[in-house]
Amino acid sequence: MSVTTLDPRRRTFLFAAVMVGHLVLISAQVNTKSGVPVLSAVTFGAFAGVQRAGSAVVGAVTGTWRRYFALHQTALENETLKQQVVALGVQLQEQRALAERGRRLELLLKMQSAIPQRTLAADVIAGDASSFFRTVTIDRGTSDGLRADLAVIAPAGVVGRVVGDPASRAARVQLLIDRSAGAGAIVERSRAGGVAVGDGSGLRLEYVSALADVVPGDVVVTSGLDGIYPKGFVIGRVVSVEGAATSRTILVRPTVDFSALEEVLVVLDRPGAGEAGG
Amino acid sequence: MAAAIVLALALQTTVAFTLASQHAAVDLVLIAVVYLALAAGPEAGLLGGSVAGLAQDALAGGVVGVGGLSKSLVGFLAGLVATQFIVAGAAHRFVVFFLASLVNAGCFVGLYRVIDPPGVSASWSALLTQALINALIGILAFRIVEGAPGWWHHRRMRRSALRSRGRI
Repeated sequence: MSVTTLDPRRRTFLFAAVMVGHLVLISAQVNTKSGVPVLSAVTFGAFAGVQRAGSAVVGAVTGTWRRYFALHQTALENETLKQQVVALGVQLQEQRALAERGRRLELLLKMQSAIPQRTLAADVIAGDASSFFRTVTIDRGTSDGLRADLAVIAPAGVVGRVVGDPASRAARVQLLIDRSAGAGAIVERSRAGGVAVGDGSGLRLEYVSALADVVPGDVVVTSGLDGIYPKGFVIGRVVSVEGAATSRTILVRPTVDFSALEEVLVVLDRPGAGEAGG
Repeated sequence: MAAAIVLALALQTTVAFTLASQHAAVDLVLIAVVYLALAAGPEAGLLGGSVAGLAQDALAGGVVGVGGLSKSLVGFLAGLVATQFIVAGAAHRFVVFFLASLVNAGCFVGLYRVIDPPGVSASWSALLTQALINALIGILAFRIVEGAPGWWHHRRMRRSALRSRGRI
């Protein structure tokens, strides 16, 4: 018989396999202190570790998967809620706008019933078309009886007048603060007369007597002498009086906020000569 | 290999059993395994030791695997020695058999101590005596196995010569 050997690596593997096999065999027959076979205990312990690791991996995967789905679902819900918030925000704004519009219309209605002239409510549908002019467009026109030089007023005061030829369903209104606009005015307290002239952003009171008593805070109203604006409507309040005698500069702040015009009244009856003289 | 192991087991359970004393017992299976390892190498020693040990365990009624592991280890180590050193002389073989017996006994007893604290007990003198007996029988076995073909041939030659003389 001759000595034959495997290569060292295979030999070591074979040796280890045989040794492990015997150890497993022995373990299967030997009990631990608790009476459980060692093989069962070792196998159970080792397999429990594998099971624990497997369970951890499976748990992590399923947890991640569930969290992903939860996140996905949450993202969808979040998107839906955001859309609802936006829709509710818009709805709230609409309700507020409606309430504000109702309040303004109520004021207009009161004003309309308070003044003797015939008036027509109109909505401002467009603003300045050019920065050089201060005009707005309203949704009433010739079909509603509008024509040029009709006075346009608001609850706060005088707005301006209809200029140009109105269309059937729209008309252009020159604001009182336009550089080429003007209105006959008097100081309510001292009854000093003059002309309120626009300067683009505010008003100046011109052609006022050098002896007239005008002080800041005085209320300036329409005089009705221009044949356009009815008498007695508020134009603004004197904010400053500079200079003296004929070179006085009287600045008037309009009572109407021209940047927030929405509803106005068009005075359909032009003031008569008799009224203007009164 | 299988025949040697079966023969060793058969002799162990019959002849050696009856010859075993209270102080020492020969292990013919171990001798067969070491012989196999020295003759065929560590792999043969390992596998032969494993099979023989398991068979011995099964027949002995103890924990199956303890003897198998011990004899596998011994067979492997003896085979390794045979591949690294020239183990042709009787003295060398005696040392191998002797040490193999001690390693086998130490492994066997140690494993039982681990498995079952009371385990099997054996005195040093008994172990040494057994190792000595195993080594002597091992050398004898080598002599018998190695000398048997020559003796058989010599016998045949002698008988044939006697026949030819008688006829003459």
